Amino acid sequence: MTDSRLPAAYLRPGSSSFTDFLAEQAPDLLPARRGLPQGSAAELAPHATTIVAATFEGGVVMAGDRRATMGNVIAQRDIQKVFPADEFSAVGIAGTAGLAVEMVRLFQTELEHYEKIEGTTLSMDGKANRLSALIRANLGMAMQGLAVVPLFAGYDLEAAQGRIFSYDVTGGRYEETAFHSVGSGSMFARGALKKLYRDDLDAERCVEVVVQALYDAADDDSATGGPDLTRRIFPVVQVITENGGVRLADASVAEIADWVIAGRMERPDGPAAELTGGASA
Amino acid sequence: MSMPFYVSPEQLMKDRADFARKGIARGRSVVAVQFADGVLFVSENPSQALHKVSEIYDRIAFAAVGRYNEFENLRIAGVRLADMRGYSYDRRDVTGRGLANAYAQTLGTIFSSGGEKPYEVEIFVAEIGDDPSADQIYRLTYDGQVADEQGFAVMGGQADVVAAYLQERYVAGASLDEALGLAVAALGHTSNERGEPQDRVIPVEDLEVAVLDRTRAQPRKFVRLRPARLETLLGGRGPSTPAPPDPDDNAPGTGSSDAFPDDPADPTDQTSGGVSPLEDPLTGAPPVAPPPVAPPEDDSGPL
Repeated sequence: MTDSRLPAAYLRPGSSSFTDFLAEQAPDLLPARRGLPQGSAAELAPHATTIVAATFEGGVVMAGDRRATMGNVIAQRDIQKVFPADEFSAVGIAGTAGLAVEMVRLFQTELEHYEKIEGTTLSMDGKANRLSALIRANLGMAMQGLAVVPLFAGYDLEAAQGRIFSYDVTGGRYEETAFHSVGSGSMFARGALKKLYRDDLDAERCVEVVVQALYDAADDDSATGGPDLTRRIFPVVQVITENGGVRLADASVAEIADWVIAGRMERPDGPAAELTGGASA
Repeated sequence: MSMPFYVSPEQLMKDRADFARKGIARGRSVVAVQFADGVLFVSENPSQALHKVSEIYDRIAFAAVGRYNEFENLRIAGVRLADMRGYSYDRRDVTGRGLANAYAQTLGTIFSSGGEKPYEVEIFVAEIGDDPSADQIYRLTYDGQVADEQGFAVMGGQADVVAAYLQERYVAGASLDEALGLAVAALGHTSNERGEPQDRVIPVEDLEVAVLDRTRAQPRKFVRLRPARLETLLGGRGPSTPAPPDPDDNAPGTGSSDAFPDDPADPTDQTSGGVSPLEDPLTGAPPVAPPPVAPPEDDSGPL
């Protein structure tokens, strides 16, 4: 910034959206505002994989594995894919890692900017819609193989419950009940969640469920990383309640992961869900 | 065509300064106090929605007195500047000094340009560091001057009375409740028409209090203290029953009783003299100051 006086556009009353301001003042900084040559760019950049989220009584948990892949190569072992979006929400990313991380940064700034200018936070649905708009702007790049598909979860202070939103590449926004997963290992993770999820989970048990689900995803999907025992790399787990969001300390995730792995030593397919059919009755 | 009457640059600047100062003196004071864990802002502001103290960035806060629309404009510009810089570089690259500099340039340019009315505002930009020695309070005046304040700073209506009270009692490294008690007592310490000091206890509902607290776990260190929290922090205070503030100066936009009396019907009503600093009261034309000494015409010189 060469001229130290505030530019006139900064002093002009207008939108409280940082993205709109950026589009006006520095459009080149927007992640989606980039011209790409023809052809697929899918193989150029690392991809992030599985994210799971589940609600419990009084909050929501989101967790992601730590692997980024480029084709058959593991591009990074300890990438972070679950980020706090603001105090009461978190966003997890699947798809092109570079674009997704930039989109998360823009989304974080967007929420904080609105909060500072308006003096109040956006509603949960408002936040989900803003994320939707960011993804929609990325459609052109998604069609060339650089898709970003996030999962958004947070504690809705008005509804007093945890809520989860999933998206498609066109910006479609879908509210999920109870649990959801995105990314290459999401089918396997969702299968595990279906069998392990209970309505009466507390925060601690809910964390166990998502770590189990990530283990199952890594078990069957080569692009999802399981707990790395030799390097002590474990999933990123974000727990959000009415008191705000916290990332669980690596030590406590490690404890849960060790416990999960100990169980898998006995039974590699994980805990067996109970059958409630009439045969045993 | 009528000749614009001559106003000397000194007089022009003085008039503009008087105009801005008068606008600022109408408002109530804002106090910023450094304490052990950061910087505390206290102001008497019955409105719960129109803030005088706000967050700019992780470790930077903004406080202002004067005309609301003008400082709100500056605040939003500051948030945009900080967020833009933090987004395009990194969160650590947003500094209070850079922001204070941008404000100073903006206010200074507006003050000295003939075309715009000077902003009737005074601003604090405060930034906290990792320890008290790295804390900064910048004070910016309507003409773009920057001062680096140490310990405490006061601006607004009765700034001198409040500052004198703080000067006597301020100690560095106080705890939050001590600093808050001192700041609130200082704001309640005013002088009446005869210049005699009088103390009153300001109700917690009328206080706007915010802190930059370096002990907060989140990266964003700014937090507002709500009346319930203030009640516990302040504890039993005041020698007597709370004297409610003068009902006249509770309404937004009205002057406190000690400010220069202003007659809105009379545009020439100025304490500094009979000439309006901004415009000719009859024609509404802005005063045009010709250059103090016109250079002699020189036809022989090169183009």
